[in-house]
Amino acid sequence: MTVVYDNVGDAAEGAVPVRRITFTVNGKRKVAEVEPRLLLSHLIRRGLGLTGTHMGCDTTNCGACTVQVDGRPVKSCTMLAVQVDGREISTVEGLATASELHPLQEGFKEEHGLQCGFCTPGMMMAAKALLDENPDPTEEDVRWALSGNLCRCTGYQNIVKSVLWAAAKLRAEAAG
Amino acid sequence: MYPSRFRYEAPRSLDEAISLLHDGGDDAKVLAGGQSLVPLMKLRFASPELIVDINNLPGLDYHRADPDGTLRVGALCRHADLERSALLKGTQPTMASAAPLIADPIVRNRGTLVGSLCHADPQGDWASVLLALGGAVVAQGPGGRRMIPVKDFVTGPFQNVLYPDEVVVEAVVPPARGTRAGGYLKLERRVGDFATVGVALAVETSGDTVTRAGIALTGVGGSTIGANAAADALAGHALTTDIIEHAADLAAEAAQPRTDHRGSAEYKRHMVRTFVTRLLNRVAPTEPPAEAPAEGRAA
Repeated sequence: MTVVYDNVGDAAEGAVPVRRITFTVNGKRKVAEVEPRLLLSHLIRRGLGLTGTHMGCDTTNCGACTVQVDGRPVKSCTMLAVQVDGREISTVEGLATASELHPLQEGFKEEHGLQCGFCTPGMMMAAKALLDENPDPTEEDVRWALSGNLCRCTGYQNIVKSVLWAAAKLRAEAAG
Repeated sequence: MYPSRFRYEAPRSLDEAISLLHDGGDDAKVLAGGQSLVPLMKLRFASPELIVDINNLPGLDYHRADPDGTLRVGALCRHADLERSALLKGTQPTMASAAPLIADPIVRNRGTLVGSLCHADPQGDWASVLLALGGAVVAQGPGGRRMIPVKDFVTGPFQNVLYPDEVVVEAVVPPARGTRAGGYLKLERRVGDFATVGVALAVETSGDTVTRAGIALTGVGGSTIGANAAADALAGHALTTDIIEHAADLAAEAAQPRTDHRGSAEYKRHMVRTFVTRLLNRVAPTEPPAEAPAEGRAA
């Protein structure tokens, strides 16, 4: 995989130290050569072209850039890309299959959990971690789990409903 | 935003990490959870030349109790591990109530207690908790290990007494001599904001008498404040209304708040008094109810 760097003009060509890392993204194995200061969010968006992961505040507040690393949600703007060497990353692109939406995505559609949609991928990745750990969350559990993700449109009510909708659907599916 | 350029090393052993730090001198920084360091580097408030990432060091993600009750929290134990910990819920009420209040749930998946102590932010929550509990950190350098009490560890905002080639491998909370009680209360404008005011209370009681007390304040001074006079006022006494009020007044006096966008100095001092009172009332043995509870209700 090729990563294109911004030419910031402060180092001669070839002087940029890069490290080779191997990792998986949504189940696919990848190799990348990255400069240590490259952020995980930039690797995902620019390097891998997975632009479903959004960058909002870039200051560890908004959670729009949330992805899962080894199953735990993290803010990808606050982790170095070199740190995912040997690890598994899941992004919002990994939720749906070719033919079917993930119940979380369906839930956001059914319950009008998004307006502008910018925060939605981060919300879903944080919510997925909650539902993986707790399939039957209360409304309070959902609000707590999403308290690191900011939404400027919805007032959160429908986001909470969407996650509860998804939880119910996942439980029904599990019950067969 | 990008950090400025740095050399990155991810050692596989503690000795290797210390040796890298030794060679790196003042320009090297340890990266653990990175939830404070990476933002500082992106804002270019910090521009270390060498980053020593300790996330690959084996065996540092523990938190456990020794047989004598000493609690040990390894350098890679994340806030989220502590938030979910049955051990803390059962034995460390102050820590158990603080863990869910650190930053936000996603940051808690990366950030570490030890990193938070080392970062020495005056508004860091764990420093108050560990100070109230009489905790310490264990630092390892080329010459071996040394234990540093948290009260001596931080020398000012974002400053600690570590040598450049030392790594804090764990934080330690001594065993309780009596029954342990306490809690942490934090006033924040929204989830993830720094504390407007935080108060940590850790008491040990024998019967109705307080045998040891620690009170520490977050966000109301240039560093974490130990409200020692307030804690001393509790020792040897039962938690009566008068004693609680007295301790709350002394804690409010110990605060050195400044007026800023989070609130006025007066408001913050008032909140210190309120939080100390609230925490102590929570801990104080409740009087038996004057009347029998209403029928059909659990007592």
